[in-house]
Amino acid sequence: MKPRSLIVIALLLLVLGGTGWAALAPIHVASHDELFEIPHGTWARRMAGEKIEILPQTIRLTLGLNDVLLLRNKDDVPHIFGPTLIMPGQSFSLPFAQASTYSFQCTAHASGQLNIIVDPVPDSAWERLRWRVRKLTNTAWQLARLPYWHNHEGHG
Amino acid sequence: MRPSLARLNHIAAFLLSLLLASASMTVSASATAEPALKAGVFNPPYLAPDFSLHGSDGSDITLSRYRGKVVLLAFGYTNCAAVCPTTLATLAQTRSGLGKAANAVQVVYVTVDPARDDAARMHRYLAAFDTSFVGATGTPDALAAVRRKYGITAVKQGGGRNYAMAHTSSIFLIDRSGKLRALMPFGHDAADFVHDVKLLLVQ
Repeated sequence: MKPRSLIVIALLLLVLGGTGWAALAPIHVASHDELFEIPHGTWARRMAGEKIEILPQTIRLTLGLNDVLLLRNKDDVPHIFGPTLIMPGQSFSLPFAQASTYSFQCTAHASGQLNIIVDPVPDSAWERLRWRVRKLTNTAWQLARLPYWHNHEGHG
Repeated sequence: MRPSLARLNHIAAFLLSLLLASASMTVSASATAEPALKAGVFNPPYLAPDFSLHGSDGSDITLSRYRGKVVLLAFGYTNCAAVCPTTLATLAQTRSGLGKAANAVQVVYVTVDPARDDAARMHRYLAAFDTSFVGATGTPDALAAVRRKYGITAVKQGGGRNYAMAHTSSIFLIDRSGKLRALMPFGHDAADFVHDVKLLLVQ
């Protein structure tokens, strides 16, 4: 058998195995926190005319896994962040105990509203798979944003 | 065109790293401790911004006046159709659920609609829920300053005499030393408030 065929078969096995594992393996998490941070210098950059969106319009959480919204203000000034005003150096930890859609008034958004969708515990194979894919996508999104914040840290 | 060996190797490496990243996310240790309160918690807690407004009991209302009590601070208006009646009913149930400990709890309700909410009107309105509740009103500027300190939004909707006010519906929990400890979003029932107030009373 050619090496190329072997690699294709290995890839297929990897995808099948990975998908099967992602669907069947129980999920354990190190922390229930879904963290969003206001970086240092955010206010100064906003004053300079930069458009900075830290919280997405809709945040998706899952009961039993990531069901605590953790907001942290690392800037020098107070910020309205999601549902509340957070002082410099302060964090706000909001737990959710019921699967539902929550809406908060939030002046940080153009729409004036922040939506938080809390999904039930993923207890079927399909839901576990979907949760893992979503988590991976979010992690990739946050990693993609890291260089931006790193490059701008302290410039305010 | 068939994929080259090098490209297949890259795909394999990418899938493997994806799998490893996913695995590292999900095989970690057990969960961290749950927050003790049902409400959202401020860490570290700072002194709740004080204010001086006209009280529905005829006196000047300040937060510092209630040191030694747990204060449940809400913002709203007496013409509110749904949110405020629900909130105030929940807070009344909370005091009932606390038994004797209710004496160590003070509900303060600050209006976002000073044009219609004078002290007398707030007194009548609040007494329908719990006679211990205290309302606070003042000039538009004074109330706007209080709202800024707490990050409260209040936006007039509609015109004429029957306008509405879209406002922040969360309730602040202030401990006996005057520190702003937590914020309970709208929708929690009295049992959650009782749980949290009891915790704050023993701290």
